[in-house]
Amino acid sequence: MKHLMTGNEAVARGAYEAGVTFASAYPGTPSTEILENMAQYKEDLIAEWAPNEKVALETVIGASMAGARTLAAMKHVGVNVAADPLFTIGYTGITGGLVLVSADDPGCHSSQNEQDNRYYAKFAKIACIEPSDSQESKDYLKAAFDVSEKYDVPVLFRMTTRVCHSKGLVTFEDRKDVPIIPYVKKPTKFISAPANAKMLHPVVEAKLVELEKFSNETPLNRIEWGNKKIGIITSGVAYTYAKEVFGSEASYLKLGFTFPLPMDKIRAFAKEVEVLYVVEELEPFIEEQMKVAGIPCIGKDLIPRIGELNPDIIAKALLGKELETIKANPEMIVSRPPTLCAGCPHRGFFYTLSKKKNVVITGDIGCYTLGSAEPLNATDSVICMGASISMGHGAAQAFKKNNVDKKVVGVIGDSTFFHTGINSLITVAYNGGNTVSVILDNRITGMTGHQENPGSGYTLQGDPANVINIPDLVKAIGIEHIVTVNPLKLDEMDKAIEDAFAFEGPSVIITRWPCALKNFSPEDIKEFDLKKKLCRVVEDKCRGCKICTKTGCPAISFDPTIKKAKINKYMCVGCEVCLQACPFDAIERVGE
Amino acid sequence: MAEVKNILLCGVGGQGIILASKILANGLINAGYDVKMSEVHGMAQRGGSVTTQVRFGEKVHSPIIGKGQADILVSFETMETSKWLDYVKPQGQVVMNDYEIPSAPILSGAATYPTGIIEDISQKIHTTVLKGSELASQIGNIKTMNVIIVGALVKAMGLDASIDWDKVIKANVKEKFVDINIKAFKLGMDQVK
Repeated sequence: MKHLMTGNEAVARGAYEAGVTFASAYPGTPSTEILENMAQYKEDLIAEWAPNEKVALETVIGASMAGARTLAAMKHVGVNVAADPLFTIGYTGITGGLVLVSADDPGCHSSQNEQDNRYYAKFAKIACIEPSDSQESKDYLKAAFDVSEKYDVPVLFRMTTRVCHSKGLVTFEDRKDVPIIPYVKKPTKFISAPANAKMLHPVVEAKLVELEKFSNETPLNRIEWGNKKIGIITSGVAYTYAKEVFGSEASYLKLGFTFPLPMDKIRAFAKEVEVLYVVEELEPFIEEQMKVAGIPCIGKDLIPRIGELNPDIIAKALLGKELETIKANPEMIVSRPPTLCAGCPHRGFFYTLSKKKNVVITGDIGCYTLGSAEPLNATDSVICMGASISMGHGAAQAFKKNNVDKKVVGVIGDSTFFHTGINSLITVAYNGGNTVSVILDNRITGMTGHQENPGSGYTLQGDPANVINIPDLVKAIGIEHIVTVNPLKLDEMDKAIEDAFAFEGPSVIITRWPCALKNFSPEDIKEFDLKKKLCRVVEDKCRGCKICTKTGCPAISFDPTIKKAKINKYMCVGCEVCLQACPFDAIERVGE
Repeated sequence: MAEVKNILLCGVGGQGIILASKILANGLINAGYDVKMSEVHGMAQRGGSVTTQVRFGEKVHSPIIGKGQADILVSFETMETSKWLDYVKPQGQVVMNDYEIPSAPILSGAATYPTGIIEDISQKIHTTVLKGSELASQIGNIKTMNVIIVGALVKAMGLDASIDWDKVIKANVKEKFVDINIKAFKLGMDQVK
């Protein structure tokens, strides 16, 4: 029996089959479903959400040192956060098999950049394995644990959005129970003090030589002979695209083990074919190393290094072939950017803040990034997790020292605050900042699809958990002016912002209301009035001023023929932000 | 059947496209095909355009297709059909839902919802138009629109008659919604002549 699964589901299954007993991650598209799917194997393993990727990797390093097979998963930019421990475990090696899954996002479907994390493997001197579909995601993950333990090396398991989120058929195998390796204290291995680090570096270099030998021998790097006029060296999902375009009209060296590269195998393959292409997504990771080794090939001269590939792009780049298409009248297309959902608690906050003048708003990563979009146009910056509060502080200090009169507001979500926002707030309090930091606490990790977090009251595997009290935490950091407010009450929201602006010194506003799409917990139902409500436009009173549409609610539209606003009753959840925004009392609650 | 067939489903986040694709893919697996399917998660889902691709045949390599490769474009929302039309083979076909979801620039009055989309597309390619919301209201649940569309798609493509779709629906929707979704599927099939 075969199962239709995403690459992420297959990795979770592979970890289970490989005998993993501990895994940790911070959610991030396209990696999130790996740990979500591992959670189901509660009897056999512990799967945890960590507050950030560095913590996730460090817990996993601890589990490996303790002797267990273990896995960390994160999106590509998450590896930046985890890079500090990553570079040092390249030196120390592991005890129990350790795999770090990096889910890259070519095309920036849901990310702030499209970095190619294969370079991390080379940079940190660890092995890199790349699957190209769901079955390989499961099978190669198991192989990764064997490599990790055989060579005492962490493995970077590099996936991409299409591998993570496309589904293919997968055959299951049974779980292998891997007994924990008995614990032995190894100070020269795990204490990476300078004296030991110096000793470890040559060991790592020797390990890479051994790993290259393995790379030349392993079936993870396989040759598929077809027509020898064209040779294609490829990895990851790009292999499936190349196969789609060339079929048996080319020969393939399909690389599953991409660091260290199998240079002997590559050289032997190159000799057999007339023209040699390297088909890889994003950076010329394979191509550059081949060229350094003196193996001529054609890659990024023809194939774009920007964005996601597909069979179309490869056919056009290498064969000059374009399929015939039909096109709709371009006037029939209006863009459809993502928006904050109907009833989103962030709307009341951004609507209120966007009306303030002379304010710089530093934003962060999450649904509230959409506060930067039309018609709210609130946010000035989004760089990375946690940066809202720290960038805001830097901007405010620069304005102060240079006598520029501007208010600065940093905006961050609950989960992002726990991720790295806490450190940022410490710098504000410690250095006597004067910013307003707003923590949008919607009681869940929203954008990635509702994951529990240290403030939500539950763990990944569904157990009740300690809840961080945000006001108490903020107070302990040293912030004196702290207000908690319901962001859907616009006058209370406005007062909170004005009071914070008037306060000399750093202040924190916590907006507390659950995400409209969330499965409400018993605690949510107790705390908040979440009865389903509905608003409607009273047509006689509506003067067509369009102020309600400025809230950016997808349930509200303006009908240009009758010049009245309209509320879609299937979408409206009765948050009443539009009702409060309307200057003519033309919106009412249904049933009153 | 050696040749790989490509289905592109498009619409707007929240319309149930992922479930529709899942039903479709599972039906095809039961019929013995190799199947690959691709979907989009994350930020794009928040009211933005959503597409999934389902590919089936004896052996499928790539999970995605490029322009000019879909045998059928199945659109859950009128304007989205225009956006994805160049993915269909000129000799392919379109099944489109006559259902408008205005996007943010239209809601705010900065743009208007285009008129004449159905006529534009029907002129260019073999097109079946469904009134999914009316049909769904007829059977009493607007949310069954997605399964009505899958029913129409299955008929339009002339997919393997041996597939037991009732069984697939049972395996993929909550028990209390099984009957209404089976009804929706048949209603969708009836719309295609």
